[in-house]
Amino acid sequence: MKRFLVPLVLFFIVVGFLAVGLNLDPREVPSPLVGKPAPMFSLPRLDDPEKVISPKDMLGQVWLFNVWASWCGACKDEHPILMALSKSGVVPVYGMDYKDTRQEALQWLEHGGNPYIASAMDMDGRVGIDYGVYGVPETYVIDKSGVIAYKQIGAITEDVLRNKILPLVKGLQTQ
Amino acid sequence: MSTTRIKLALMFGFIIVSCLMQSVSAWAEEARPLQENAAVEAQVQRLSEELRCLVCQNQTLSDSNSGLAEDLRQEIREMAAKGMSDKAIIDYLVVRYGDFVRYRPPLKSTTALLWFGPFAMLLAGGVILFVTLRRREKMATEAPLSADEARKVSELLDKES
Amino acid sequence: MIPEIGHFALILALLVALVQGSFPIIGAARGNAVWMGLARPAARAQFFLIVVAFVCLAYTFAIMDYSVTYVATNSNSKLPLQYRIAAVWGGHEGSLLLWALILSIWTVAVSLFSKHLPDAMRARILGVMGLISIGFLLFMLTVSNPFERLIPAAVDGLDLNPLLQDPGMVFHPPMLYMGYVGFSVAFAFAIAALLGGQLDAAWARWSRPWTTMAWVFLTIGIMAGSNWAYYELGWGGWWFWDAVENASFMPWLVGTALIHSLAVTEKRGSFKAWTVLLAICAFSLSLLGTFLVRSGVLTSVHAFATDPKRGLYILIFLVIVIGGSLALFAWRAPTVGRGGKFSVISRESFLLSNNVLLAVAAISVLLGTLYPLFLDALGLGKISVGPPYFDTVFAPLMTPALFLMGIGPVARWKNASLPELALRLRWAFGVSVATAIALPLLLGHWTPMIGLGLFLAFWIVATTVNMVYQRLRGREQSLITRIRAIPRSWWGMVVAHLGIAVFTLGVTIVKGYESEIAVRMLPGDVAHLAGFDFTFDGVKETQGPNYLADRGQLRVTRNGAEYAVLTPEKRLYTVQNMPMTEAGISPGILQDIYASLGEPLADGAWSVRIYHKPMVEWVWGGCLLMGLGGIMALSDRRYRMQNRRKVTAEKKEGEAIA
Repeated sequence: MKRFLVPLVLFFIVVGFLAVGLNLDPREVPSPLVGKPAPMFSLPRLDDPEKVISPKDMLGQVWLFNVWASWCGACKDEHPILMALSKSGVVPVYGMDYKDTRQEALQWLEHGGNPYIASAMDMDGRVGIDYGVYGVPETYVIDKSGVIAYKQIGAITEDVLRNKILPLVKGLQTQ
Repeated sequence: MSTTRIKLALMFGFIIVSCLMQSVSAWAEEARPLQENAAVEAQVQRLSEELRCLVCQNQTLSDSNSGLAEDLRQEIREMAAKGMSDKAIIDYLVVRYGDFVRYRPPLKSTTALLWFGPFAMLLAGGVILFVTLRRREKMATEAPLSADEARKVSELLDKES
Repeated sequence: MIPEIGHFALILALLVALVQGSFPIIGAARGNAVWMGLARPAARAQFFLIVVAFVCLAYTFAIMDYSVTYVATNSNSKLPLQYRIAAVWGGHEGSLLLWALILSIWTVAVSLFSKHLPDAMRARILGVMGLISIGFLLFMLTVSNPFERLIPAAVDGLDLNPLLQDPGMVFHPPMLYMGYVGFSVAFAFAIAALLGGQLDAAWARWSRPWTTMAWVFLTIGIMAGSNWAYYELGWGGWWFWDAVENASFMPWLVGTALIHSLAVTEKRGSFKAWTVLLAICAFSLSLLGTFLVRSGVLTSVHAFATDPKRGLYILIFLVIVIGGSLALFAWRAPTVGRGGKFSVISRESFLLSNNVLLAVAAISVLLGTLYPLFLDALGLGKISVGPPYFDTVFAPLMTPALFLMGIGPVARWKNASLPELALRLRWAFGVSVATAIALPLLLGHWTPMIGLGLFLAFWIVATTVNMVYQRLRGREQSLITRIRAIPRSWWGMVVAHLGIAVFTLGVTIVKGYESEIAVRMLPGDVAHLAGFDFTFDGVKETQGPNYLADRGQLRVTRNGAEYAVLTPEKRLYTVQNMPMTEAGISPGILQDIYASLGEPLADGAWSVRIYHKPMVEWVWGGCLLMGLGGIMALSDRRYRMQNRRKVTAEKKEGEAIA
């Protein structure tokens, strides 16, 4: 008799997974870089291309690394949040202008305000590939020893900032 | 035939052939391939057909026109030109984007069911089929049953099993 | 006003569906003839009301009423009329309405062509279809209303997704849905039989033509979709193992198995429980496909804009319909008899083996499609399962299935003999092995996969020829009389099997011998591929109704003779600012020449991709032949006769056991 129940049981197993799947985002690809040292680079600074910026300079502090571009729509959404965060001084925010032109990027910062202590210029997207960037904006939380602790894909929302990023930053800062 | 005549004929033939060749190239330039190194390009093509674009997530790198796909193809091209193996190039991308980029999932403990499942099912299906058929065949060789009896027998058999 | 009429018609349709889904089924259980009699008028009333709703929505699109949200998001004033009408099913809400419309078409068809069925059976079938309809109408009226007003109205619409602005859009979704939804008839027959305890040869005979018809629609629908992808997506592929393609392929595999097991159940009264399970699964997989496209659990190029609320609704619906019917199956199937006896080597066994192979193939597609979701749900990471996986797994599963296709039809019912079969088919085997080795050598390139594919294609052809020859041989009558004496359903099988061979041949040749080049071309440049010369005449700017296009022109010559002119385009659809490539294709029986225009390069040159695809049209030609075979089977005399004659279930049951 039991064998006639097999299809029903299999179906309910599939349904269980589908139900869980409803709350997952299939497009979000977790980064394998979390828990690994942030890839090294040395890129010209947006405000002064003569100067060079590198994750090495940030060792010893917890910092946010925000990948942005003037052409990116979602960057506008998170911009006020970054501005407020930067003003609060809780954590230093560095940026990387990704596949952009310097002129447009500077204009964009002038219009909307500049939340970054400094921004690197990754005009050909090479460093972006090292960081596994696929959807701008993306934000990395990097700890004192230069290890990536968290990656946010897409715009930072109030919710993500308050419940994920800030508690994580505070924890890392006290280490 | 004298040697001069052969030489003449050869020369004449040569002129005709070169004229023919000329006639093509005089009007049209040969289109240059987009990428000069055919061997490298074959490797790029082979790899980009097995890799998933992260922007247009249902296209391979080879099919996608997104900016990232173009950058990644270029990256692969440079690695291929350096003589890196398929495996080394795929590993390079997996370190950055995870297994998600591979349209051919790697074989590991979490994907064992995926890779062996179909063949295990085939085997199980074959065995169950054979056993069922044999059992039915045995039933057939015994005394023929009426439909009602057959039903009862099968019920009994099911209860036992 | 018109949208409100449509909305109101949907509400009335729901009320009618509630009647149709309840009274007839209860009536059948209690033997209440009046209640059972409600089924047919209800089916017709529902059909009428849904047609009214559908016409209202089409009209709203035609007059460009952008005060309706669905119209405003899926249409635009510059969109040509034929696409404005096709846009009715271009989005989630409207395609649900199409679903409901097609379900009501099938329901009315059943109510018209079921005079020969016992009253209780017919009442149950129509009742089950009414229950399914309730689910879809309720879905529309609660979370997916196509008639919802937009206040204030939009000035103009957001346009139909440019990918969908293609003649394929007019044709492909209705055909595909006819197939998907058509399996609801076989499903309803199965549920009715389980409810009434009448799972017999008569049941199989009645559901067969309906199943075959749905299968024909699904086959043609999938073919049309594949062909559309081939010329629309611009990279020359025709099957991508995308989640949504898989969602249409799984019901096809199970439906194919169902057609074959129904044949055995009808002729020999065997496999009853298995057949009924397949009937339930074919439709369940269609419903699952609906869920996958609309819930957002998987990414796909074909997916609709998603919303978890809708996903949850469909999931609950799935649990009720599929869970309910599988529970009913578990409860009632054990009482089903086993039917006629047969030996391990017999046509029944071959058909059952093919069934197992098709079922394993369908489950494998399901496994591959859902596996990324499984791992993600368990927190084991994200992976992708794509064409390389499916190609690797599918070939070994399909090889035995195709091989058995050659043997099954010539094996005798009940008891066949292997040595006899081997003796009979030795020539067919020899011929196909020889072809598989010789042909690639002639074509200049041999790989094991090419050899295998050719062997299987020619094996099916050779065994089919052998079978036809044996059947027509001998006796005095003229050949015409002998051909006509054989039932059309048998010829249908022959044609459908040849369709598989043609398909296999096409796939093998195009996969094995296709070639492509990517070149940079200035006007006047010449490129070469597969013996053809391509002269680039440059690019002209043109304007379509709602797009701007760069149209390139490539003159194709072979040995100096004019062969074709290709005009690949790059379009920019201005409303959504979306670029599209339109391939330039010269189709042919032996080969397609396919060109797509890439990017303009720095010095005025264009990047151009040119593909040579030998025998790719055979892939779709094979599908058409399969569909034709199905249609021939449907035109069989006994299905036409059966309608006039009232056959009693009891008599049939007696036959089945004998």
